[in-house]
Amino acid sequence: MAAKKNQQFDPVETLNAIEEKFEMVQVLNEEGEIVNKDYDPNLSDEQLEELMRRMVYTRILDQRSISLNRQGRLGFYAPTAGQEASQLASHFALEKDDFILPGYRDVPQLIWHGWPLHQAFLFSRGHFKGNQMAEGLNILPPQIIIGAQFIQAAGVALGMQKRKKEAVAVTYTGDGGSSQGDFYEGINFAGAFRAPAIFIVQNNQFAISTPRELQTSAKTIAQKAVSAGIPGVLVDGMDPLAVYAVTRDARERAVKGEGPTLIETMCYRYGPHTMAGDDPTRYRTSDIDSEWEKKDPLVRFRKYLEAKKLWNEEKENEVIEKAKEEIKAAIKEADGTPKQKVSDLLGIMYEEVPFNVQEQLDIYKAKESK
Amino acid sequence: MAQMTMIQAITDALKTEMKNDENVLVFGEDVGNNGGVFRATEGLQKEFGEDRVFDTPLAESGIGGLAIGLGLQGYRPVPEIQFFGFVFEVMDSISGQMARMRYRSGGTLTSPVTIRSPFGGGVHTPEMHADSLEGLMTSQPGLKVVIPATPYDAKGLLISAIRDNDPVIFLEHMKLYRSFRQEVPEEEYTIPLGKADVKREGTDLSIITYGAMVQESMKAAEELEKDGHSVEVVDLRTVQPLDIEAIIASVEKTNRAIVVQEAQKQAGIAANVVAEINDRAILSLEAPVLRVTAPDSVFPFSQAEQVWLPNAKDIVETAKKVLNF
Repeated sequence: MAAKKNQQFDPVETLNAIEEKFEMVQVLNEEGEIVNKDYDPNLSDEQLEELMRRMVYTRILDQRSISLNRQGRLGFYAPTAGQEASQLASHFALEKDDFILPGYRDVPQLIWHGWPLHQAFLFSRGHFKGNQMAEGLNILPPQIIIGAQFIQAAGVALGMQKRKKEAVAVTYTGDGGSSQGDFYEGINFAGAFRAPAIFIVQNNQFAISTPRELQTSAKTIAQKAVSAGIPGVLVDGMDPLAVYAVTRDARERAVKGEGPTLIETMCYRYGPHTMAGDDPTRYRTSDIDSEWEKKDPLVRFRKYLEAKKLWNEEKENEVIEKAKEEIKAAIKEADGTPKQKVSDLLGIMYEEVPFNVQEQLDIYKAKESK
Repeated sequence: MAQMTMIQAITDALKTEMKNDENVLVFGEDVGNNGGVFRATEGLQKEFGEDRVFDTPLAESGIGGLAIGLGLQGYRPVPEIQFFGFVFEVMDSISGQMARMRYRSGGTLTSPVTIRSPFGGGVHTPEMHADSLEGLMTSQPGLKVVIPATPYDAKGLLISAIRDNDPVIFLEHMKLYRSFRQEVPEEEYTIPLGKADVKREGTDLSIITYGAMVQESMKAAEELEKDGHSVEVVDLRTVQPLDIEAIIASVEKTNRAIVVQEAQKQAGIAANVVAEINDRAILSLEAPVLRVTAPDSVFPFSQAEQVWLPNAKDIVETAKKVLNF
């Protein structure tokens, strides 16, 4: 007997219905106006100013990092301009005890979590001292393997749950990262254990040169949460208030034991993928660039704060001067750090140096003392 | 003392360390209620609870990441990879992450993970279960790789592996799981990682070997004794780091050596052992150092595995070449 045709279930209609549900959350529009009063996180004036200061500071840090890289004074660097709201407003919703597992573009969140600037510069220059995190600083060095941080975040979050900590593991990747197997395994493991994790995908539209639509047939990346049975949110990643609000809510659910959340922040990177020769004109038009520049997070937040009389040119210049001074001092400190040696590396491959490595260590110590 | 199979000794070691250290967590596919597909974790969930002994979703890469993350929260994870042929799914966590954690963090963080996993030929498994992939692990600096050959060694080595603050790959040969019993103390004891064990003393030839090939080498040594050859069998036990001192001491005594491994000639660690002997003891040698290995194909489907796997007869043949050189 033929199986009875199921007339209730239409998989195409179901998919369409799910995809339509993932509307982008926005609080502050491009003109700096509150468009979603009910979801305004109602930050205090001090908090609003602080978030603005961080975004301006980080924009300057990005500009300076690019020019330091061009002068040969920094190494590996992945530009961040355009992603300030995604990075800093999500971080603004975190606590000191929360643990950040970053991708390589997520240096700003680490700095605002307490990673000293000169260490970030040492990381960029390829010096292991950059990654020596101070006790109590809950961050990992930037992950190079795309997706690896997602499965590790599930583990950190499960550990926090077992330790009964009131804290969350937060991890970041890009739109390309959401195609990795580890992306699914990470959100799925955290979901299965109801572990307190927040998975943030900064959808900056291009994975190096590959456009978002080539990554997946899914209309949104946020909807991938459904496959893991966890909440997913699509948020305007150029809107600091919306990014803050969705991250705060995800954190609240996590610490209450309600498990992980996947957040997709719609954003854009103005610069190249990294400073190692990427040329965005090969895959983006200036029309797309200017379309996204109109959505700039700093511009809209500045308008919003100026209307509230919380921001002006003087305050902006103060931050810019401070950033420049601190960057200068941090570069000086990084310059003063002795060059890393091969013997430094051989000495820390294991807790106790094995016989064969010890022989090599002695050879390199002698070589490097000359 | 109790008579234990290797699998019982492994369960006993896990139990011992779970009692000793509440940070020890055991997890993987089917290790909880089911006690693992070989029953290595039998009874552990009942005794230590679901918080410390738990099943994971079926994804090896996820298991690796989970172990790293739990390690960062101060736990001592002991995940199981159900069969070591599945390791390719978790290679980034092992080689790209755990092995580099100490160096990447400038010595401030570690991955104190012990990955347990069954492997080894002769038990007619489907593909991707039996391969000897230790060579993949030993070519990665930052890892330790342990392969016990007896129940006694398995317990003492596993306890040491769990206590070690660096990542350890602990490979359990399936054919040895229940092939014989041995006296194993019920109390705790450790066997240091990186130390070989002379399983049989001799003066004419050293057989340097590990894993299931230790048994085959012992059989070969007995055969050779009938012809008047005194053969020493050195069980490496840890294949990274190698106990180079023990290898050289044995070769300097016997002046002749062969290296025996179940892995293919191009895989495993035999070539490295030969190179170390050449580097350090060439003037002691009366004959070239030869190898007994599997041939350089992928691990065969089960109908061909008995011929493919090296055995005592192959070892005797090669030993005679070296003895009569």
